[in-house]
Amino acid sequence: MKTLRFVPVALVGLIVVALVWRLANPPDTDVQSAMVGKPVPAFATPAALPGKVSLSSADLADGRPKLVNFFASWCVPCVGEAPVLTMLKQQGVHIVGMAVRDRPEDLRQFLSDNGDPFDRIGSDPESRVQLAFGSAGVPETFIVDGRGIIVRQHIGPIVADDVPALVRAVKEAQ
Amino acid sequence: MIAEAGLAALWLAAALAILQLFLAFGPRQIRALAAGPVRLIAVVEGLLTVFAMAMLMWLFERTDLSVLLVAENSHSAKPWLYKVAGAWGNHEGSMLLWVTILGLAGAALAIFSRRLDAKTLMAALGAQGALALGFFAFLLLSSNPFARLNPPAFEGRGLNPLLQDPGLVLHPPTLYVGYVGLSVAFSLAVGALITGRVDSALAKAMRPWVLGAWIMLTLGITAGSYWAYYELGWGGWWFWDPVENASLMPWLAATALLHSINVLAARDSLRAWTVMLAMVAFSMSMVGTFLVRSGVLTSVHAFAVDPKRGTFLLALLAIYVGAAFALFALRSGKLSEGPKFELVSREAALVGNNLLLTVILGIVFIGTLYPLFVEAVTGAKLSVGAPYFNAVAGPLALLLALLVCVGPLLNWKAGTGDRLKRLAIPALVGATVLLIAIFVMPGEGVLSKAALGIAATLAIAAFLPLAGRKLRRTPLSTWGMVVAHFGIAVALAGMAASTTLTKELLTAVQPGERVQVGPWLIEFESVTPTAGPNWTALEAELRASRGDGVSVLKPQARYYTSPPTETTESAIKTVFSGQLYTVLGKPAEDGRWQLRLWWKPLVTLIWLGGALIALGGALALGGRAWRGWRRERER
Repeated sequence: MKTLRFVPVALVGLIVVALVWRLANPPDTDVQSAMVGKPVPAFATPAALPGKVSLSSADLADGRPKLVNFFASWCVPCVGEAPVLTMLKQQGVHIVGMAVRDRPEDLRQFLSDNGDPFDRIGSDPESRVQLAFGSAGVPETFIVDGRGIIVRQHIGPIVADDVPALVRAVKEAQ
Repeated sequence: MIAEAGLAALWLAAALAILQLFLAFGPRQIRALAAGPVRLIAVVEGLLTVFAMAMLMWLFERTDLSVLLVAENSHSAKPWLYKVAGAWGNHEGSMLLWVTILGLAGAALAIFSRRLDAKTLMAALGAQGALALGFFAFLLLSSNPFARLNPPAFEGRGLNPLLQDPGLVLHPPTLYVGYVGLSVAFSLAVGALITGRVDSALAKAMRPWVLGAWIMLTLGITAGSYWAYYELGWGGWWFWDPVENASLMPWLAATALLHSINVLAARDSLRAWTVMLAMVAFSMSMVGTFLVRSGVLTSVHAFAVDPKRGTFLLALLAIYVGAAFALFALRSGKLSEGPKFELVSREAALVGNNLLLTVILGIVFIGTLYPLFVEAVTGAKLSVGAPYFNAVAGPLALLLALLVCVGPLLNWKAGTGDRLKRLAIPALVGATVLLIAIFVMPGEGVLSKAALGIAATLAIAAFLPLAGRKLRRTPLSTWGMVVAHFGIAVALAGMAASTTLTKELLTAVQPGERVQVGPWLIEFESVTPTAGPNWTALEAELRASRGDGVSVLKPQARYYTSPPTETTESAIKTVFSGQLYTVLGKPAEDGRWQLRLWWKPLVTLIWLGGALIALGGALALGGRAWRGWRRERER
């Protein structure tokens, strides 16, 4: 009976521990793709622009880890993201792009205005590749390791603060 | 200077709280002399917090943009009322309001609880001082509402337009009075545990506080539910959102406490249990405040998240709740059990009420925090929603409603159950309604159909305690019980009817087209632009008819300019038998407009019931205050 009276105290302790854990690990409201940890879905897309190199799933398993960036010329946050991608390229990160629901003339304008950090750009006119990756919007970026396995998903634009962590993650994906 | 005056008042109040704590729990010699000073200090502290709150409201009224909080949350173009109410429409201001009510509650405890024995009152005031001190520290160290902005901003950054609504003016203060009013019950319970005097005198001292807080919580929850219903444009009245649950949990605990206090006051039984409930009730208020203010749970109520504040609040919560429960564990063994009672008795029925309410509280608590526990242990993310809460808590709530029919008819100590025969008529009516609901009424939902039958039974049974009494000589508190229990029947009927009978239509129409929803024929006339003080809107004109007469409804899609936000303003036509609820959606490419239409029969009963429950509480409170005042005068 006597120990029973300490049960509420213990319960309070348990709840406080759980809440401390929550405060230390703030809730992540983004829904992560179920594809993280799996090989990239098979796809082959034509080049988004004449003169650019096309992109297929085989290109993502060439032994070099890279970022796969889903973007579009009509997407305003992508404009803000562009200089950060250039920064990542300068630090030796390989970036390939997937232009979602885009038109060649708009895309050319976008690249000439905001820079072109992409080794390859595929065209995904109906969002099929995007959906197969488990991505819901643009911009979104996946880290794919040298064997073509998706190791991480970044939802929303990459900002300058994300760069060190992403560079490290790409190095680790070797 | 206004901001500095407010800040100085807060610091002074914090210093007084330290003094109060020291005098109340200090060496014996000091305590012997301190009874008067401690009471005075509590009163001054209350006045200082009111002064600080008034200064903040003044700053918002003037839109003083050299104050950070005003610059971030207000705007010179805002209507006057919302400028002032904006003082508590943000984190810092609402916490100041919380502390102000805490200070006022402490002052009122010092002034009004003179009939309680001096030692218990002193210890309770000490506990109140300890509570106040922690929250003063929280305000001053991590949420200073009076921080300056240098240089001042040119214009304020507005206010969440969803909150620009008469509901905002009253909803937070009402809920806070309820939340924080329970602090007095908490402090009294702590005080009584320290002195060991848990008896009917304590229950009588605690009762008005619990009753008052409970009335405000009831009103706050009812108003919040109606606000969400018409403002969010989803047509629902309860979403089991974590923040809603945060207000429901203290209410459930306070409801249980309200009933167990009556047992303690009348029969001197349930001593340890009542003390425990008093501590749980305010703990739930603090948990609620923490959940809302720390942003640890994902909710439609988006508040700014700052981990430092969350940590601070959690530390306060852990200290206060942990200390109170530890005190309970150490001291409750010394409390004797109190008089015994039979299985068929008023006490036993109230114990049943308490058990059911506590289990429902547990269900809501687990449902609200379960996702967090699962994620902490397994890393999996999940959410708990209406299917769980309705299926698990629903049947228990119905069982409780049945118990409400029976309990008031039993005698204290050992009931004969004679008066239970009176339940024959209500039971018969309830069974008839149930049969009609199941076999005649369209729609699914066993639970809501059972609820209709039980609501019908309770609607009549609630009045049975008055049978055979001289109505004019019946104490107001009995009337209060009758009205509150009838209110439960009314709210239950509204919930059940609107759940099973609602008709919903999502459609796209061109001007001139007609659609039918439930018994209503609705003609879509036009969409025209319109403007208010700080918003522009597209306003649809709908002509709704049902047999005779046409009423015009004008739902809007509003665009606020600062900050730029879109909201939907539903248009609602209330008739005797229910509400027609209309929302204007997006335009389609071919000139058609999306319309969402609901016909919700009897839905207004939900809030009418809530208001009746609160009214019942007010009658009981008023009746007891009146009797106490008369007794005082006779002396």
